[in-house]
Amino acid sequence: MITIYIYLTAAVALFAIALAGLLLTRHLLRKILALNVMGSAIFLLLVAIAYRGPEAPDPVPHAMVVTGIVVAFASTALAVALARHIHAETGMVHLPEEQA
Amino acid sequence: MIAWIIWLPFVGAVLCYLEPRIARLVGLAVAVLTLISIGQLSAEVMRNGAYSYPMGGWLAPLGITLWADGLAVWMLLLNAVVGLGVSLFASGYFKAPAAKHFWPLWLLLWGGLNGLYLSADLFNLFVTLEVVGLTAVALVTLSRERIALTAAMRYLLAAIFGSLAYLLGVALIYAQHSTLSLLLLADLNTTPGTLLALALMTFGLLLKTAIFPFHFWLPLAHASAPAPVSALLSALVVKASYYLLLRLWLFTYGDGLAAAAQVLALLGAAALLYGSLQAFRQRRLKLLVAYSTVAQLGYLCLALPLMFIGTSAAAYHGALYHALAHALSKAALFLAAGLVLQAYGHDRLSGLRGMATHLPITTFTVALAAVSLAGLPPSGGFIAKWWLVTAAIDSGQWVWALIMLAGGLFSALYLFRVLVIALLEPRSGAALHPVPRGLELIALALALLAILIGLRTPELLALLAPGLPLGGPP
Repeated sequence: MITIYIYLTAAVALFAIALAGLLLTRHLLRKILALNVMGSAIFLLLVAIAYRGPEAPDPVPHAMVVTGIVVAFASTALAVALARHIHAETGMVHLPEEQA
Repeated sequence: MIAWIIWLPFVGAVLCYLEPRIARLVGLAVAVLTLISIGQLSAEVMRNGAYSYPMGGWLAPLGITLWADGLAVWMLLLNAVVGLGVSLFASGYFKAPAAKHFWPLWLLLWGGLNGLYLSADLFNLFVTLEVVGLTAVALVTLSRERIALTAAMRYLLAAIFGSLAYLLGVALIYAQHSTLSLLLLADLNTTPGTLLALALMTFGLLLKTAIFPFHFWLPLAHASAPAPVSALLSALVVKASYYLLLRLWLFTYGDGLAAAAQVLALLGAAALLYGSLQAFRQRRLKLLVAYSTVAQLGYLCLALPLMFIGTSAAAYHGALYHALAHALSKAALFLAAGLVLQAYGHDRLSGLRGMATHLPITTFTVALAAVSLAGLPPSGGFIAKWWLVTAAIDSGQWVWALIMLAGGLFSALYLFRVLVIALLEPRSGAALHPVPRGLELIALALALLAILIGLRTPELLALLAPGLPLGGPP
């Protein structure tokens, strides 16, 4: 039972690191990576809660993680493609500050 | 039958991607067929009540269960009517190469939206939210403007962060209750862990719905997208995350959440005032319309807490009527703005003098949309605001009632400002590009519908009756 708390603490710590990365860094690639780390934190949490002692683990969180990885892959691919276009068009690797 | 509503747009999207030459034809066929299937589904739900359908015969929790009730049918129909209108408009508006990308992305977006409204489990809702979010972002980039790229990026980062906050909430719900079913949420006891999960999901959805102060990504993304895309984003996409917010709160609301609901009302009121002020300050038509969306979403957020106090369904009906009226009038307004952009080559308000002479139909469209957005009788917007204000007064929440009335006045002010400029004497020598009459009429039809739904209230409300939340679980 102790092990699950280790996993939960690790997930919370990862989420916090990712949140800091998302909000405090300006480089687009860092922001995209931060969102990936945030996803991993949630996947870690889901895999940990699937644990049911000596019984076989609960398959539902596993299914969620597998689907979640596909979703994370798709959104990362779109984000990276957009970042590349922004770099090609404006030469910048971060978002402009100004608002309309 | 019910699965076709999701399949049709997805199959159409793949076809459009594989055969760009027939994309327009496929897109329009899918739009018509989807509207017909949704019409059949709503007739069925009206006749037999809400029902669930396990896809492929696989039962939950590993299978995906679809669930159709009055609320789902309402949102599906809203989508299909606006979707058909915008599809018709887009078929005349987009030229190659933008058309090649528009049709597959729009049909994927539509499939995602239909899937979202028919999903009955929290995780499938996450997946459909992501389909909707990613395709919406990709659609913004169809405009060739440089500013659209950075606006799309900001939108994407906000959308993914919102989805992940929602997913974390879903994981916490599953960890404590071993269920993902939306319909079982009502039975959850509100432990601190469940409340944390609800808070995370609510935050994620507020971010995706662009409720003040999480609206920062919306104005530029909606204003820099091509007109038909702006219409889809403002009319349909932000309503999807709002719908989920509504479901979550309707199912889980208890006395313990009364204070939290008032926080939502506060955010809604702030959105209404801030969005109106910003709309009034804008110098470009599309940005004005985009900030008007920020303001109008405030009504939807403000309506949430009103639903839980007292026993009347006025706030619930008002919110959904507002969603419908806003979708129709905002789509019309953005399409009209696209035509203005096409005719003048810009959308600076100061340069639109004489628009009433140059583009009489489009000016009339803006006027009709303004009537509904400002909540003047007999429009759909009037009915919605009437119910919302009634609900606020009945439950003794005078402050919210006053703010909603003021919001209507503000919308009238910033929209009539556009009309005043349009009615000024035209300056001579302005070379205008011709605008297709058919496109003008499509925008006009949507604006007219926003007025007409105000005259058919009992028939429309009958659609909402089957199933939750007012009928109780099946």
